[in-house]
Amino acid sequence: MAEVLEVLLWRGGSNGRYQTYEVPRRANQTVLDVVTWVQRHLDATLSYRFACRVGMCGSCAMTVNGRPRWTCRTHVSKVAGGGRLTIGPIENLPVIKDLAVDMTAFFATWQAANGVFAPSATRAAPIARIAPENAARQAADAAIECINCAVCYAACDTVRWNPAYLGPAALNRAWTLLNDERDAGNAKRLAVIADDGGCYACHSHQSCQEHCPVGLNPTASIAGLKRRAMAAYLKGEIGS
Amino acid sequence: MNVRLYVWQRLTAAIMVPLALVHLIVIFFATRHGLSAAEILGRTRGSAAWAAFYGLFVAAIAVHVPIGLRTVLIEWTSLRRRHCDVAALAFGLLLAVTGLRAVAAVVLP
Amino acid sequence: MTARLLMHRAEALWLAALIHRVSGLALAAFLPLHFLTLGLAIENEARLENFLRWSDRPLVKLSEGVLLFVLAIHVFGGLRLLVIENLPWVGGQKWFAAIAAAVAILAAITFLVSVL
Repeated sequence: MAEVLEVLLWRGGSNGRYQTYEVPRRANQTVLDVVTWVQRHLDATLSYRFACRVGMCGSCAMTVNGRPRWTCRTHVSKVAGGGRLTIGPIENLPVIKDLAVDMTAFFATWQAANGVFAPSATRAAPIARIAPENAARQAADAAIECINCAVCYAACDTVRWNPAYLGPAALNRAWTLLNDERDAGNAKRLAVIADDGGCYACHSHQSCQEHCPVGLNPTASIAGLKRRAMAAYLKGEIGS
Repeated sequence: MNVRLYVWQRLTAAIMVPLALVHLIVIFFATRHGLSAAEILGRTRGSAAWAAFYGLFVAAIAVHVPIGLRTVLIEWTSLRRRHCDVAALAFGLLLAVTGLRAVAAVVLP
Repeated sequence: MTARLLMHRAEALWLAALIHRVSGLALAAFLPLHFLTLGLAIENEARLENFLRWSDRPLVKLSEGVLLFVLAIHVFGGLRLLVIENLPWVGGQKWFAAIAAAVAILAAITFLVSVL
């Protein structure tokens, strides 16, 4: 194992550049460890995000050697072939500074896709009884673990090419709500999903599924949305 | 791409899968046997079956291609959405006109 | 930003989607020419016959083989999408994409072997 890593870090805004740093190599080092080492020992002006450091919060997503990843869960030994690492901010979102991006547009797609639970009862009503084996519940459960890290959004070329596209995370969340029998907002939700920029913009590249750190499959969720919205359209429940 | 365009594009795609496969077989047959123009036209001229087959194929093409083209224009060019719509529609009309003319050329007696 | 940030495009299914799109564009560009050529039959048979004999050349036949591959891969790739979008999810999609490509290549080779 080489003693030193050659690390290129993006510095500046969208018109920035890569700057090279030398970082001592350690056993069991993660990419987040490397970024932190630079900030503490070489350049205190480096800006980056992290929180839990243990793969639960999704804050530390960055582009590592060309792919969006959680840096706290990426071991250097797995990615630094030839002792070299290139680390940049995640794609498809404006760069604030260095390795931190502005997540506003990402969360806006969440809202636009009606990715928010719309209650159909009040707290006075009895708890809804939903069997775990219920097919719709299983479909929702398979997609529910999303923590809004934006890795899928960063990996998606349709997001890159189509500014109107809501993106894999927002649509995946919409799918979980569509399968939630307690939700009352599905008519409105389907109308948005069936429109320009909704599920039909997806080309099934599966970059989202390939890169999701939680192992979700937004492509499959979106395929489900396509079926649902088409059925609703053919039944005349939504126009276009 | 919205649900209406999607349904038309996928529907015409599904229709064209068997049509395209039959067409590939037909072409394979024609080239393998070295058919001349006269021999080909001898089989197609005055044939309601070939007229229906290729008429349907051209109609499906004229719907399917522009919808796909529109998506490519939106994603890969900086044209405004409205201009993408118009360009795609114009290309669809071109396909419909030249296509139906070609069908007429080979099936009309 | 540099191209080094786009390694997600090294995935097989991204390539499958690109091939599907490029093959569609190629077919779209080819079709008006194809239709106009067939329209030659309207004027007179001889013009179509001349074209057919011109197209007997090996280089033209090779291009036709490529065209056949382009059509086949667009159809099979499209079928894979129709299955994804209308039937319950099946994993291992890159294998289906590979099979689609293999069958398309086989079809093109079969055509070329029989005409060249």
